[in-house]
Amino acid sequence: MTALTDFTIAEARDALESGAVSARDLAEAHIAAMEAARNLNAFITETPDRALADADASDARRAKGEALGALDGIPLAIKDLFCTEGVMTTAASHILEGFVPPYESTVSGNLRAAGSVMLGKTNLDEFAMGSSNETSYFGNVENPWRRDGDNRPLVPGGSSGGAAAAVSGRLCLGATGTDTGGSIRQPAAFCGIVGMKPTYGRCSRWGVVAFASSLDQAGPMTRTVRDAAILLGGMAGFDPKDSTSTDMAVPDFEAALDGGVKGLRVGIPAEYAVDGMNPEIAALWDQGKAWLEDAGAELVDISLPHTKYALPAYYIIAPAEASSNLARYDGVRYGHREDGADLTELYENTRAAGFGTEVRRRILIGTYVLSAGYYDAYYLKAQKVRALIARDFTQAYEKCDVILTPTTPGPAFAAGEKSDDPIAMYLNDVLTVPASLAGLPAISVPAGLSGDGLPLGLHMIGRAFDEETLFRASQALEDAAGFDARPAQR
Amino acid sequence: MAVDRDTVIRVARLARIKVPEGDLDTLAGELSNIIGWVEQLDEVDTAGVDPMTSVADMKLRWRADEVTDGGIRDRVTANAPDPQHGMFSVPKVIE
Repeated sequence: MTALTDFTIAEARDALESGAVSARDLAEAHIAAMEAARNLNAFITETPDRALADADASDARRAKGEALGALDGIPLAIKDLFCTEGVMTTAASHILEGFVPPYESTVSGNLRAAGSVMLGKTNLDEFAMGSSNETSYFGNVENPWRRDGDNRPLVPGGSSGGAAAAVSGRLCLGATGTDTGGSIRQPAAFCGIVGMKPTYGRCSRWGVVAFASSLDQAGPMTRTVRDAAILLGGMAGFDPKDSTSTDMAVPDFEAALDGGVKGLRVGIPAEYAVDGMNPEIAALWDQGKAWLEDAGAELVDISLPHTKYALPAYYIIAPAEASSNLARYDGVRYGHREDGADLTELYENTRAAGFGTEVRRRILIGTYVLSAGYYDAYYLKAQKVRALIARDFTQAYEKCDVILTPTTPGPAFAAGEKSDDPIAMYLNDVLTVPASLAGLPAISVPAGLSGDGLPLGLHMIGRAFDEETLFRASQALEDAAGFDARPAQR
Repeated sequence: MAVDRDTVIRVARLARIKVPEGDLDTLAGELSNIIGWVEQLDEVDTAGVDPMTSVADMKLRWRADEVTDGGIRDRVTANAPDPQHGMFSVPKVIE
């Protein structure tokens, strides 16, 4: 039999249904894996007791014939950006160290209500600001993959780096991530797993520690496209507590997987073929086009003319929203506090001690672009460019049904390799940010290996609220790629 | 536009973050680089373009203005670093 930690969610569901395994078996196997892989630093908080209690409750339901569905008894990891009632939630920041939410985020609550088993809270870049998981107050996360013949640790990507490492390293069957500019898709590509950012509004943001509210969106991180469809089904849904949650029924995403891509029009944006593109990435993209064409899809050349302006627009909009959202950390109501002679000094000391350097940098940029005299030149300008980027996609979808691009400009890099140059780090998200600005669903599927043995991802972008077509196309891509490489540590 | 030392001091003050003297020059350099880089947006003709203020094309929902919970003072202050008598506390602001 397959090792319990090698199951997909779909396989575990079937094994639970047939009685071949119990939720407790699955939980114990994953707790052991989680404890054996502490060198990866994928978790900030492990919750083994909670996992066993969840698993026993699941087994008891099942014994009474009252199993709740596909996720009942499935061991999952929750990114430490989702507030979990009674379980410390830090956003990987010193300023929230020790914070124990008195409420549950809607997404983690949905997964709990679906009977899933929580193994723990995964590490991330501080406040989800980073592309390498090197900005966490709780230390770097290591990628379970290594370059061939080279044992130096690599970054898992970010910000959902702990989630990606945990899924890739077989420490959980699936994980929740959040994506603001690529924080699900880029680490998924770096760790050889599937990562999906649904349409803005599909998953509730309520109870998710806010970074940039017009961009933040929760999504699934799994080892297969089918598992992503199953997990998203458990996370998504209308929530009156989130004013931008969309009041739409959640489709049966899994049922959409087997439609095939015959006749599907796959857009290939000219602007993503940038000068100096890594030749391995260019070759993988060509391979992806050929795979989809062989499966019956039609390739269509499209243009997204404002692509090169997406990243600079993002680096105005996201820090601006962050500077506003993070104003709440005042050292008074919750979180870390440093005393001061007066109230202003208390704020200033608390925030100086509580925020790391990348978070401080982004708050300062955001404050600058929103400050009197600069608002129109920077923030308003970026919002106008954002409108043009969204319009590019609307026009492209007159000619195609999904868009295929690479996920990242290159494979995982070594720790420290890019941390001295903020802009070099920001460029990691150059291919994922445009879909974020437009609020569109997008997915990264592991599709091949670099010359030195590291996973590479292909990225597909769908129409708003058309996750079903995106899943269908991703399934075809996954079938063609037949990606079965495994990380060095698992 | 280059961000100078005084601008960093002003912005840090607005953001209520104390920045050590020794970090000011480094931050001025970093912020200048980032601001210089985002200024490539000036190349884009945005005349007549409305700023995108909402991702989804939706009207904000209305709800009844009514009390739906309350009486949970201890839960509200449970994470406060220095709660006193069931209240948040701050340094004295009125002499």
